[in-house]
Amino acid sequence: MSKAPTLQETTCYHCGEPCLTGEIEVHDKSFCCEGCKNVYTLLNSNDLCSYYELDENPGRTIAVGLERKRFDYLTDQDVQHKLIDFKSEKTASVTFFIPNIHCTSCVWLLENLQKLDEGILQGTVNFLKRTLTLLYNPSATDLRNIVELLTTIGYEPDLKLDKLNSAKPSSIQRGLWLKLGVAGFSFGNIMLFSFPEYLNMSEADSVETFKIFFGALNIALALPVLIYSSSDYLKSAWAAISQKGINLDVPITIGILALFGRSLYEILSGTGAGYFDSFTGFIFFLLIGKVVQKKTFDRLSFDRDYKSYIPISVMRLINGKEESVPVSKLEIGDRIIIRNQELIPVDSVLESEAALIDYSFITGESAPIKTTKGSPVFAGGKIAGQYAEMLVTKKVEQSYLTSLWENESFSDIHIEKKVTGFADRISPYFTYTVLVIAVLSCIIWLQIDPSKAFTIFTAVLIVACPCALALSTPFTLGSSVNILSMNGLYIRNTDIVEGLSKVDTVVFDKTGTITESEQALLRFKGKDLSKDELDLVKSVCRASIHPLSKKIFSHLESHQLVELTSYEEIPGKGITARRNGQTLVLGSRGFVIEQSLFEPESLPKKGGIGSQVHIVINNEYKGFFEFQNQPREGIADLIHRFKKMYRTYLLSGDNEKEGQKFAGLFGGWTNMYFDQSPQQKLSFIENLTEQGNHVVMVGDGLNDAGALQKSNFGIALSDDMSSFSPACDAILDGDELKNLDQFIQFGKISMNIILASFGLSLMYNLTGLGFAVTGHLSPLVAAIIMPLSSISVMVFTSVTTRLKAKKMGLRIWV
Amino acid sequence: MGVIFFLIVFSLFVALVFLGAFFWAVKSGQFDDSYTPSVRMLFDDKKSSNNNKTLTNKRDA
Repeated sequence: MSKAPTLQETTCYHCGEPCLTGEIEVHDKSFCCEGCKNVYTLLNSNDLCSYYELDENPGRTIAVGLERKRFDYLTDQDVQHKLIDFKSEKTASVTFFIPNIHCTSCVWLLENLQKLDEGILQGTVNFLKRTLTLLYNPSATDLRNIVELLTTIGYEPDLKLDKLNSAKPSSIQRGLWLKLGVAGFSFGNIMLFSFPEYLNMSEADSVETFKIFFGALNIALALPVLIYSSSDYLKSAWAAISQKGINLDVPITIGILALFGRSLYEILSGTGAGYFDSFTGFIFFLLIGKVVQKKTFDRLSFDRDYKSYIPISVMRLINGKEESVPVSKLEIGDRIIIRNQELIPVDSVLESEAALIDYSFITGESAPIKTTKGSPVFAGGKIAGQYAEMLVTKKVEQSYLTSLWENESFSDIHIEKKVTGFADRISPYFTYTVLVIAVLSCIIWLQIDPSKAFTIFTAVLIVACPCALALSTPFTLGSSVNILSMNGLYIRNTDIVEGLSKVDTVVFDKTGTITESEQALLRFKGKDLSKDELDLVKSVCRASIHPLSKKIFSHLESHQLVELTSYEEIPGKGITARRNGQTLVLGSRGFVIEQSLFEPESLPKKGGIGSQVHIVINNEYKGFFEFQNQPREGIADLIHRFKKMYRTYLLSGDNEKEGQKFAGLFGGWTNMYFDQSPQQKLSFIENLTEQGNHVVMVGDGLNDAGALQKSNFGIALSDDMSSFSPACDAILDGDELKNLDQFIQFGKISMNIILASFGLSLMYNLTGLGFAVTGHLSPLVAAIIMPLSSISVMVFTSVTTRLKAKKMGLRIWV
Repeated sequence: MGVIFFLIVFSLFVALVFLGAFFWAVKSGQFDDSYTPSVRMLFDDKKSSNNNKTLTNKRDA
């Protein structure tokens, strides 16, 4: 047979996907598909080709044949109102979340959109949050045009139900920066004005006028710090006291008020210079601690519920006509159309003959499930392959999956998950001890020298102020959250690290968590295929959108592409293709039998764990590719280690038979539960926590969402950080699961470091108390002890955390 | 010595100007996104470009 006319393999100029030269070309540049070519032509004609100079192959593959109708719902006033941030006659502003933002070129193109649409005034990209904020002129363009434009150039915004009522957290952050700025400003200036005091110049008569002048200035500078910068602490303490509780902010507030009151009294009465330098420095350091604590992972989202996954709109069929409607307006009995790669928004019954549904969002299992006419399909599934028609059987809130969120554990998460940190737990004791010491020393001094009693009383309150104590937690946990994030575990906020450290029970989900969802093992069973035949298989699979074909395509990496003479795909079933007299039939067992008129007995019986793709070449049965989910690397060792330390369970939605095959890998693991529904998983965790266990749950799909929420520390596993993860306490990079025991260990160490730094700061407090009760707390001593204790606690905690992490072999630098 | 009062008030005023600048920076959103500007500064400024100019640029590249 003659060598097939091989086309040169190259990469698409737009997206970098492999493609062939000569197939689709403009300006000597090759493209993998019409979509990519169209984007190039559009950008080229608008003078936007810098896009291709900033980064190599910056684009993403474009799905061709987009329906204009898909965005019809964007003309709906209700929807518009929810999406638009503000709107006036001449300008409107809207913010889109665009998952495709991934490189410099994206930023550049999206900020130059005005060249493509005159109505767009300005675009601003936030790269980490992957958002695009657009200012546009509503009389020149509209939301639908903009979204269509973005979709055409490959940046389809993620329009989901929930983003619409999202609060704007940035203003809180800004407030914190401003408070810190004011405190730092006053701190620095008051230190300068206190110089005469430090140098003991106040004795000289000539500086008497300076004293008054500096005193007045210091009061003026300290007032904004008290009123503005420290307001969070005062409010929080007030809230705690009015609920008859004491948190760490109560002793801090006592210290603040004592410092300020005493200083004010001293200056006004002319008896001293006051402690305003200590006061402002104290607030300044506290606020630095707060900034460290506020560290967040902008691009990750930890609080999503089902609304983040379900699309806003869906195509509904009415009298044979398609129209797009918001999902919330769907009624039972409506007929809807879902296309390739679209999510099913509500539970329905399939009306098309057959459809492949990928439930990986829900279960983590990536192999699509074949569903036939009349069978139920569930919200959250994704259609793979051809479009499907279905009849709505439930409204969006009542669907199988979304109804999970109706469970009470979701309504009171915020109350339940509010953790009281160690520092808050010891603050009542701390506060009472300080008050007792203050009162005692006051009483004692009343006997010795009544004139000094008040001074001593306030000095004790001042020096016992738990500044260092308040800093040790944020700095230690801030460092550990940072270190853990460098190692692939992203914790929602610093307060909950303690929850990780207390674990005594670990529960794993099976599919997608213990097994790798994307990297299914692919094996060919049957007669050996020649190189030529494999080339043919690869070329055939390239043309198909079926996920299994895509996997075979990438599996046959080293093979060449050949030109086909004919190609026919029956979506969800199989492909028939021809080349130079060779005929290839590839597909499901049923399809192959039907096409090649084989006796069903001549093919191997259906069996094994994974899906199979059968291959027939020139009417000769060759064998099949088998996909099998692989356990993640290192997982067996990890579970082995966990079993020694904690109670370890496995929950799986799989049936027992399939599960037992799997269990062998872990050698006599008895705590395995199969056939678990999302609801059962949730109650299983609930039982464990009610028995007083501290449970860490590791899961990945939406079906684990309830369990993650109920556990003491829910970890969502994700192979692609930017994509999907259910509401959880932490997101773990799939590749790093094997180190989970180390992370937990590190959490425990962090708590010990906090304890140690508490010891350190108590030492400073005691030293200060020594000065205070004996009546030697001069402003100078206070001005030294206060920053010294704060800074040494900051240094101690940050350095120790990093040293310990290094010792454990964790990465401490990016 | 009286000049020192003036100097102190003046230094405080200068410091206040910087505090004001900080406030402006925060309020104008400069602290909201600390990453994207580092990407943005790498772009060639072609805003004033007409078609011919960009075309020659491209040929050079």
